[in-house]
Amino acid sequence: MTLLTRRSFLKTGLATAGAACASQVPLPAAAQTKNDGELATLIDIRKCVGCEACVEACREVNAAKYPEPEKPFPKMYPSRVKVADWSGEDKREVRDRLTPYNWLFIQWATVVVDGEEQEISFPRRCMHCQNPPCADLCPWGAARKLKNGITLIHADICLGGRKCQVVCPWDIPQRQTGVGLYLDLLPSFAGNGVMYKCDRCYNRIAQGELPACIEQCPEEVQTIGPRSEIIAEAHRIANEEGAYIYGEKENGGTNTIYLSPVPFETLNRSVDKGPGKPHFAPVEDQMAHADNMAKAMLIAPFAGLAAGVSRVIRAARRADEPPEDNHEA
Amino acid sequence: MKPNAPKRYPKPYIEQKVIKPVYLVLLFMMGLTGFGQMPIFKRYYIADIPGLEWTGKFYVTHYLHYLGAIVLFVLFAYVIVTYFGLFRRSHALSKAAYVRIFLLAAIVVTGIFRTLKNLPNVVFSPNFTMFNDISHLAFMMLLMVSGIVFSITKSGWLVPRAFRQTAPRND
Ligand code: SF4
Ligand code: SF4
Ligand code: SF4
Repeated sequence: MTLLTRRSFLKTGLATAGAACASQVPLPAAAQTKNDGELATLIDIRKCVGCEACVEACREVNAAKYPEPEKPFPKMYPSRVKVADWSGEDKREVRDRLTPYNWLFIQWATVVVDGEEQEISFPRRCMHCQNPPCADLCPWGAARKLKNGITLIHADICLGGRKCQVVCPWDIPQRQTGVGLYLDLLPSFAGNGVMYKCDRCYNRIAQGELPACIEQCPEEVQTIGPRSEIIAEAHRIANEEGAYIYGEKENGGTNTIYLSPVPFETLNRSVDKGPGKPHFAPVEDQMAHADNMAKAMLIAPFAGLAAGVSRVIRAARRADEPPEDNHEA
Repeated sequence: MKPNAPKRYPKPYIEQKVIKPVYLVLLFMMGLTGFGQMPIFKRYYIADIPGLEWTGKFYVTHYLHYLGAIVLFVLFAYVIVTYFGLFRRSHALSKAAYVRIFLLAAIVVTGIFRTLKNLPNVVFSPNFTMFNDISHLAFMMLLMVSGIVFSITKSGWLVPRAFRQTAPRND
């Protein structure tokens, strides 16, 4: 078993896998299969005590990536475009939801386990989907997926249009106005800041370190490892200990696998939902239509070819007929 | 060939009357759904216009853009075959056609890469993705500009090969 705790992470070859992913790989070597080198995390929420050590760790190691917006914000047109500002001192301290300054929060649910009512807690953040709509549909390529299964939003390129949040089944990315590239373009008319979310500590992974939230958790709630092994481990635990799995199939598969003592339906009913507070509902593969239609695109030229050839043959036959019979000429 | 039995060339009748309008409508829809990939239709109230709500729905515009691409692929294959099979002897491609073909090819190629990128098992380098996305948009804008210019100069796709038109007319 090569699932990783904080101690074993450095010893495995994953550090190298992580490093390779961060570098930019040119075409066509850049295309590769999804299971080749994707890392997933296993979050066993039965172990979580809700201490928020992971939240603090995330805030500490990622503080340098947080937005420092310029004020006053550019006036925006039309007036329906709302400013999203989390940069005030009190707002930066918000810890009960996702914000541009809080990429991980602890969600609570009251559930009955073994006939006993319990308050359980669990860390929530980006799921790092295997085929992330946020990255697929980002019109600029600012949101992108790395080969090691990390989805991240490049703060230097993002224009803050919020499309990634709209298409994300869990509403994950959060906007801060007054930062980023849009300020240098048409700040009043296009864009509205930068979107922020968990980047699974891509820079730490590239250096062979663990994501901060995993490293600092006193209960070792999270483990990280190759996706196939994480999935196998999740199923083993689920079978042996009667736990439930979320994230393996949701949205076509994610790189965040939750293990729960109660069905996720139950959990989903109990958690606080709303902006910045993701649900635990079933999620269909949002990009399935694109996969199917891409196949149709392969066949389409042949249909056109067949139609064209039949037109040519018909015209050629007619041309063989005597001119007086041919009304097309 | 006997002098009073002139070789007649097929005319691009279906192409003019059916394919061309379909192509123009498709191109317009591809432009609309393509621009709809940027979060602008909601911001600028377009999606508030009754009947145009769908322009602000990213999954809908994305679906339609793919659907349009499928139909365009059918159409492109069809016209390539019919041009080479039927009309090439009587008609040459205009200069404007070469410009259009270049731009359309560029749009198709960048579009194919964008489609590949959206497949679950394909990851391109970030810079390539951005370069590709912006090129796709830029080539489409160039196609729109050239469309306006060519409609002013009345430059179509085909020019009759004059020397082929010498056959005496009977009517
Ligand atoms: S640090 Fe660990 S135990 Fe504490 S809240 Fe985070 S996941 Fe739960
Ligand atoms: S959970 Fe949302 S933000 Fe995270 S990768 Fe999936 S689509 Fe993107
Ligand atoms: S992986 Fe890193 S960025 Fe993501 S929640 Fe954990 S500490 Fe924060």
